[in-house]
Amino acid sequence: MSKERKTLNVVGHSKIFYSISCALIAIFIILTFVIGLNVAIEFKGGTVLTYTYEGDIKTSDVSKTVSNSIGDKCTVTLGENTGNAGKTVEIKFSSTKGISDDKQNTLKTALEKDFPDNNIEVYESNDVAASSGMNFFFKCLAACALAMVITIIYIGFRFKKIGGISAGVFSVVALAHDMCMVYGCFVICRFDINANFMAVLLTILGYSINATIIIYDRIRENENLLGNKMELEDLVNLSITQTMGRSIHTTVTTVLAMATVCVVCIICGVTSILSFAFPLIIGMISGVYSSNCIAPTLWVHWKKHQAKKSHSGSKTGSSKKKTARR
Amino acid sequence: MRKIKKPVFFIVLLCIIAFGYLTYAGIHTQYGDIKTSYIKGVEDIRWGIDIQGGVNATFEPADNYDATKDEMDAAKAVIEQRLVSLNITDSEVYVDYKKNKVMVSFPWQANEESFDPEAAVSELGETAKLVFRKGTEETGEQVLTGNDVKKAEVRQTQDETTGNIKYVVSLTLNNSGKKAFADATTELAGNGSISIWMDDKCISAPSVNSAITDGECVIEGSFTYDSAKALADKINAGSIPFDLKTTSTNIISPTLGEGAKNAMVLAGLIAFIVIAAYIITVYKLPGVVASIALIGQVIGSIACITGFFGNIDSFTLTIPGIAGIILSIGMGVDANVITAERIKEELNNGKTLNGAIELGYKRAWSAVFDGNITVVFVAIILMGAFGPTDSVFGTLLSPIFSVFGASTAGTIYSLGYTLLVGILLNFVFGIFCSRLMLSSLSKFKCFKKRKLYGGAEINE
Repeated sequence: MSKERKTLNVVGHSKIFYSISCALIAIFIILTFVIGLNVAIEFKGGTVLTYTYEGDIKTSDVSKTVSNSIGDKCTVTLGENTGNAGKTVEIKFSSTKGISDDKQNTLKTALEKDFPDNNIEVYESNDVAASSGMNFFFKCLAACALAMVITIIYIGFRFKKIGGISAGVFSVVALAHDMCMVYGCFVICRFDINANFMAVLLTILGYSINATIIIYDRIRENENLLGNKMELEDLVNLSITQTMGRSIHTTVTTVLAMATVCVVCIICGVTSILSFAFPLIIGMISGVYSSNCIAPTLWVHWKKHQAKKSHSGSKTGSSKKKTARR
Repeated sequence: MRKIKKPVFFIVLLCIIAFGYLTYAGIHTQYGDIKTSYIKGVEDIRWGIDIQGGVNATFEPADNYDATKDEMDAAKAVIEQRLVSLNITDSEVYVDYKKNKVMVSFPWQANEESFDPEAAVSELGETAKLVFRKGTEETGEQVLTGNDVKKAEVRQTQDETTGNIKYVVSLTLNNSGKKAFADATTELAGNGSISIWMDDKCISAPSVNSAITDGECVIEGSFTYDSAKALADKINAGSIPFDLKTTSTNIISPTLGEGAKNAMVLAGLIAFIVIAAYIITVYKLPGVVASIALIGQVIGSIACITGFFGNIDSFTLTIPGIAGIILSIGMGVDANVITAERIKEELNNGKTLNGAIELGYKRAWSAVFDGNITVVFVAIILMGAFGPTDSVFGTLLSPIFSVFGASTAGTIYSLGYTLLVGILLNFVFGIFCSRLMLSSLSKFKCFKKRKLYGGAEINE
């Protein structure tokens, strides 16, 4: 028989967890204002520079030249004209003011220097407006909000036994927490805020809800089995301990898989995929953390607070009666 | 589930292998140059611009017309709508207001035969101006334009004389169009005709028999279903306020960089091997079963992206779409992990092997079900918010999302789609099939050791 595992005292340490999470979120907010966000061209608009070239060049080499000469982030694509069979290289920058003529000249010189055999010529330069715009951004947020509301209602209905709506609200708190972590990862790693950012957020939304529900499910089951024999705090600690095996193995499996993707993509030289795979890892780790340490502990505190309030509520009620009598 | 017999495992395994082979290779027949796909293979997957590149076209107003910002925005909106009706969900449309340029990129596979990029580009740039005129001449007085049309749709009717099935485009007019059309038909009833023009080409010139006042009219012509659908889509998308010319068409490399597709496929394969190795090490026999179930789930997801059957349009696979697959595989891993943990727990509580397997699946079910169902809701919301507004989910959620206007961010739509089918497949493979396989394997004598399921041996 395997030895009985020691019950982890998660609820008892909850203050440490809240401090860590709040501190991290505060740091992300400050960083956003200090170093700013890299918003991609599809949300912000920017400049598209097109050059013609001969021979063969690699997009990764062009990006290197761009960051070495003018230091701006860009997306490089190669094109081949279907009509006159000329080759073009297109460099997209996201910016609100456009790329100045000075910078364009510097870039031109740098490109000529780095690719002397490719006969690089300026073809055209366009200042473009955002393709998706804020509409898309707000629609994503609205979709998230609706998903949260539906989750609260669903948990409220399925987990009536353990307080329903309040459990749902705290699962959404955990969810918002995970999304903040993903956002922070984008800020710190200087990844572009683009459609992939939205994709990562929405993926973590699903992952986090699932993780929290697994814990709630165990609390619900234990409440049925031992509800009146155990303090709420111990019951939640027991449930978290029992699902710990699942939490660890699922997280290790999924994180390992995404880490493999990161490594393979670095080896193959397609580093742009990192801005998708790495934040997913952060979100997954945050998901398992918040579902174990944030949602259930907040829920315990809320339940205890409510119990105390109704308790003291009846007390004040009776003291009022006394005053009235006096 | 005591009734599950030994052969069940092999039947399930064979089904997964057969399904996998079909999804990978497809079924095609070739007569001369015409290749017909009955079942699509992996080479039929359409990858997005980010992964495989595509076509980039630049449009400018013809004849040096100086378009205003609003006109350029209108042109952009029309082009985006046309891209969606061409079933291109992953596209980028950029506008340069100063130089009056519209730059459109959309995915295209170099060896794709069913899709002609040049034709698509010229279709995107069409003005699509619909005009109804009195009489049959181009100089006839204008009765109404595409702006007076509320909705156009394809309808199937039977020809009265020949009895053949034919297709027509039926138009529902808005109030201004209804009135203009009623006035014109009242005037011309019995002695005149109305001609219908699309970009200065007459598509039909029916004679007016009686006044039409209900705002419904039908365009007849020798349409096939496809040409009628194309015309209806064109009318619905609206017209561009000025003539456009194509200044350049380029085949472009993937925006993630060259080799993105091969790197992703390789990364996916290795990641899968890592997952399988890990869960087999940790959970032994249930881990093996879980790996087989996950293979089934991945195959199912791929089949849903290609459309599997030749007549179903395939989805464009982009990074967000892959995110959906990753999440659903994560949920599949989770379902199997939860069950395996439960079986281990029950064994350690002293249950018999059969009892533990049965109880393990039973106890794990509520957690897996609730977790998966909430993610299904998320997937449905994404599909409703970012999909075509006339789809089932789109109509359902239109009161909430119509404020934001029709969105063409099809990449998020494909996230919703891959997530939804992935979770449904998880119910099939991760729960149903893995239960069948594990219960059947446990009937073999060599698989009766409790250790294989993570439990300790009991000396009886």
